[in-house]
Amino acid sequence: MARRYFAVAAFAGLIVAIQLGTLFTGTGYYLTQLTMTAYYSLVIVGLCMLIGYAGQISLGHAGFFAIGGYVAAFLTTCNLKLHPGVFVSLLSKSGALVARHDAYGGSLLTVHPWLACVAAILLTIVIAYLVGGPVLKLKGHYLAMATLGIGIIIYRIVLGTEFLGAADGISDVPGFPLPAGLIITGDASSRISNYYLAWGLVILGMALLLNLIHSRVGRALAAVHGAEDAAGAMGIPTARYKLNVFVLSAVFAALAGVFLTHYNGGIGPSEAGVMKSVRYVAIVAIGGMANLWGALSMSLVLNYLSLRGYFGTYDDTVFGVILLLIMLFAPDGLLRRHLLSDLKRAVSPNPAEEEAP
Amino acid sequence: MTLLSVRGVSKRFGGLQAVNDLSFDVATGSIKALIGPNGAGKTTLFNLISGFLRPDCGEIVFGGAEVQAMPSFQIASRGMVRTFQHIRLFPKMTVLENIMVGRHVHSNAGFLAGMLNLPFTWREERRIREKSFEIMELLGIVAHAGTEAISLAYGQQRVVEVGRALACEPKLLLLDEPAAGLNMRETNEMGGLISRIRDMGVTVLLVEHDMSLVMKISDEVVVLSYGQKIAEDRPLAIQKNREVIRVYLGDDE
Repeated sequence: MARRYFAVAAFAGLIVAIQLGTLFTGTGYYLTQLTMTAYYSLVIVGLCMLIGYAGQISLGHAGFFAIGGYVAAFLTTCNLKLHPGVFVSLLSKSGALVARHDAYGGSLLTVHPWLACVAAILLTIVIAYLVGGPVLKLKGHYLAMATLGIGIIIYRIVLGTEFLGAADGISDVPGFPLPAGLIITGDASSRISNYYLAWGLVILGMALLLNLIHSRVGRALAAVHGAEDAAGAMGIPTARYKLNVFVLSAVFAALAGVFLTHYNGGIGPSEAGVMKSVRYVAIVAIGGMANLWGALSMSLVLNYLSLRGYFGTYDDTVFGVILLLIMLFAPDGLLRRHLLSDLKRAVSPNPAEEEAP
Repeated sequence: MTLLSVRGVSKRFGGLQAVNDLSFDVATGSIKALIGPNGAGKTTLFNLISGFLRPDCGEIVFGGAEVQAMPSFQIASRGMVRTFQHIRLFPKMTVLENIMVGRHVHSNAGFLAGMLNLPFTWREERRIREKSFEIMELLGIVAHAGTEAISLAYGQQRVVEVGRALACEPKLLLLDEPAAGLNMRETNEMGGLISRIRDMGVTVLLVEHDMSLVMKISDEVVVLSYGQKIAEDRPLAIQKNREVIRVYLGDDE
C-alpha cells in the first residue's frame, strides 16, 4: 500500500517539476495544453480500468465525455430568462440559478455550474446503465462494435440537434467556480491554478483506481477478465461487476467532459467523434492495457504532442496507426507489467537458465 | 440428511437428449461419484446443477431451496462450488490471488469501499489473506503462493483449483474430473485430498473416469448412460451390476 501512494506522490512531484520547468523557461503557455491533457488523461485512466483490468472494451467513451460536456455547456448557457415559468422561478428561489452578463452586456439567467455538473453525471450514469446492461452481455469484437455504435449515435445526436448548436457546438460556457476563490476557466491569469486543479483531479482519480485494483473488487474484475465462467462459479456476480466498472469509467469520462468544457469555454461535436474514442483506446493499448501508470504516462506524452499540433493534419492517423501497430505486434501493450523480465529473458543467451532455481 | 436433490431433470440440445428425467440425492457428508461412458451427460448434468445451464424441466433442490433458475454466482454464494474439467484458473494472477478470489462470497468490500480504501477493508483483506494461507498450507502449496498460477505443473494447477473452491467454504463441492490429466501418484494424492475434504465436513459430488479412484473414495456411485440413470449403489455393488458392465464393456453375444 505504501508503494502505491509513493508512486502517486512521485507523479505529483513530476507535475510540480513540469510547472516549475515552464516557469523557469518562460513557457507558461504550455500549461494550457498540459491542462487539457490532464482532463483527457482522466478519460484514459477510467477507460484503462475498464479495458485493462476488467477486460471489457469500449469504443464509445468519447460519447460519454460529450454527454458530460454538452449537458454542462447547455445548462450553463441556456438563458432561462427567455423561458419564464413556475419551474424556473422555483429553481431561482432555491439558489440553483445564477444571473450574469454575456459578452455584450445582456443579462443571463443560467443553471449553476455545480448543479449542471451533477445533472451531467447523473444523466451519464443513467445512460451508461441503460446501454451497458444489454451491451456488456457481448464479448470481444461484438462488444467493440456495439460500443462503437453507441459512440456514433451520440455523435450524430449532438451533431444534428439544433439546441446543442449542431455542427458549431456550444460556446460562451462560463467558468466553474470552486471554493477558495478558484475557478476552472481558460483565462491566462488563472493558468497555473487550473493546471494544478486538473492534475490534482487526475491524481485523485489515480489514487481511487489504484486502491480499487488492489481491493476485493479489483481481484474480482481481474477474475472476470481472466475466466468469466470460473469467476461466476466463485460467486462473483459477473454481469453486475462489468456494468459497475463500465459506469465508473463512463463517469470518469463525463467528469472530464464537464471540466474541460468549462476550461475551454465550449464544446463541439468533434469531442464525441469516433476518432476520439479510437484515440483513447489506442493510448490505453500503448500504455500496456492493464497498466494505469503506463496509460497515464502515454496519455501525458501523446495528448500533449497532439494538442501542441506536432502531428499536424495526421493527428487522427497517428493514433489509428498506433492502435494498428500495437494490435499487430504487442497486443499486451507496450508498457506492460512484465516488460523488464520479458526483456531480460529475450537478451539472456540461454532462456532455460532463467527457469533454474 | 439430503443436501442436494436432483428431481426429474431433463435437458435437450436440438435433437440430442443429453439428460433424460434424471433423479438422485446426495446425502450430507458423503462422497458421491457420477460415472458413465463418454457422452453420457455427466458434464451437462454438472452444468445444470451448478447453474451454468437451465434444465428444460425438473427441479434441483440444494439445502432446501430450488436453485434450477438461479444464476451460477447465486448458487455459489449458497455454498455449492465447482471446479472445471478443463482447468479454469485466473491467468496473470498468482496462486495466492487465485485463492483469495475464492473468499469473495465471504467478504463485503464493494466499489466505493475499495476505491476509498476504507479501514474495514484492511481488516477484511488481512482475514482473506490469512484464510488463503491456511488453505494453501492444508494443500501444501504455500511455496508457490507468489507464482503465477497457470505456470505451475498441471497436477498442481488442479490442486490450486480445488483450493480456490475450498476458499469459498462450500457445503457441496462439485469436482469435474479432478484426476483428468494426472499421473498415478498425483491421482492417489488427489484421492487422499478428496477424502480429507469430506472429513472436514464438505459434501463432494464428482464426475470421474478413473475407476480405481471412484471405487476407493466414493460412498455411492450413480451410473449414467445416454442421459439416463442406469444404476445407483455402493461401489462394490456397482462393480457387479450387470447393466453397468454391459454399458462399459458391451454384451457377451
